[in-house]
Amino acid sequence: MADLQHLPLAALHAELGAKMTPFAGWEMPLQYPAGVMQEHLHCRAHAALFDVSHMGQVMLRGPGAAVALEALVGADLVGLADGRQRYAVFTDDAGGVLDDLMVARRGDDLFLVVNAANADADVAHLRAHLPAGIALEVVRDRALIALQGPQAEAALAALIPDAAALRFMDAVVLDWDGAALWVSRSGYTGEDGYEISVPVARAEAFARALLAQPGVAPAGLGARDSLRLEAGLPLHGQDIDATVSPIEAGLAFSVGRARRPGGARPGGFPGAGRILHELAHGPARARAGLLPEGRAPMRAGTLLFESEDATTPMGHVTSGGFGPSLERPVAMGLMPTRLCVPGTRVYGEVRGRRLPAVVAALPFRAPGYRK
Amino acid sequence: MKYTEEHEWLRVDGDLIVVGITEYAAKQLGDVVFVELPEIESQVAKGDEVCVIESVKAASDILAPLEGEIVEVNEALVDNPALVNEDPTGEAWFFKLKIDDLSVLDTLMDEDEYADFIA
Repeated sequence: MADLQHLPLAALHAELGAKMTPFAGWEMPLQYPAGVMQEHLHCRAHAALFDVSHMGQVMLRGPGAAVALEALVGADLVGLADGRQRYAVFTDDAGGVLDDLMVARRGDDLFLVVNAANADADVAHLRAHLPAGIALEVVRDRALIALQGPQAEAALAALIPDAAALRFMDAVVLDWDGAALWVSRSGYTGEDGYEISVPVARAEAFARALLAQPGVAPAGLGARDSLRLEAGLPLHGQDIDATVSPIEAGLAFSVGRARRPGGARPGGFPGAGRILHELAHGPARARAGLLPEGRAPMRAGTLLFESEDATTPMGHVTSGGFGPSLERPVAMGLMPTRLCVPGTRVYGEVRGRRLPAVVAALPFRAPGYRK
Repeated sequence: MKYTEEHEWLRVDGDLIVVGITEYAAKQLGDVVFVELPEIESQVAKGDEVCVIESVKAASDILAPLEGEIVEVNEALVDNPALVNEDPTGEAWFFKLKIDDLSVLDTLMDEDEYADFIA
């Protein structure tokens, strides 16, 4: 294996007793001594601090950055107000999802956060398609910290009072002790919280200051995965990839009204033909929530059948595991749209046995966002 | 108590062998959320996958440490998988195995050897 990249907070993770694991080329904290279950529950009840510095941070600078990026995603970025953030997906010409990302507007500039595993490919994709005049900068001198949970606001506001005034998907620059923090009210857990880009030189001091606040505890990738699963949030490489369209994946909201037929700038992004067709007519398959009826988790890759004795699978689980807050197994899968009706019973084949699961609406849990 | 390289412990109980997983293994697995036990009276060969154990993150198997017959299983684990983390070497035994010749236990690690093995 190629050498793993080390997080700016690696020493702090070691001090906190993290169990590290390779992920997308980085050595990442999988869990701390509290364990995945406790970290997950702590996030839902209090606040969890995640080091997500492995994620790609990219600045696009220059007038016209929003127009230029609209050529690669279906989101309405021209209509994205200064200080606001929006979810977007890079699509390919076949309408598949190359990656999903967050885009924040700062004046004429756009700040992008992309998945670690796709960061290099995303940057190459951007460089290949952005017009001259838009400067692309890969931000390597900043760590990224997510603070998530009902006590996140109090914890961050204790350091930066202005953070309390942010609404869901606001994205602004705030000063902390002389350092410019790029703070958005967003996350990947279904909880209220923040994602904070902080200069590497100040990252450890900032993380320690947050961990010193009441209710804040560190959480690793394990809890991040079970939290996002309960929140019904897709993971690129598992629930979405180039073989899945954003409409199939239930991400129609990522295609702005302005980018749809009748809008100000309809189409004009890769795969728009297929994507707009699926928007109008419905996709043949869709991402569905699944609640296994028994206690056995249905993991990613589990084949799904329409009945106990059907001979061919009709779909598969894309993400699955145990939901600590729901105290039961939960999963998501791609299945024919006609079966994606809450209450429909389907069967997952686990270790040679067909086990029942019931289709459920996503998210499994109502989010705690402060809109 | 005897130990295998698959991090199982074996304890002699009359003419039966009680099998569970070590504290080290329980800690590595993390929070156990699902346990599937073998059928009683099933004949197993050494290395057979006899139990499924799933944590929040992943699934793994428990292998039969020796050839024999499963004569009893610990149903309490099915209802309360967390027992595996709470008391791995006590209440969270998985199954009892009837074997022909108890002397095969001598081929397994003792406590000191296992401590060295995981060190």
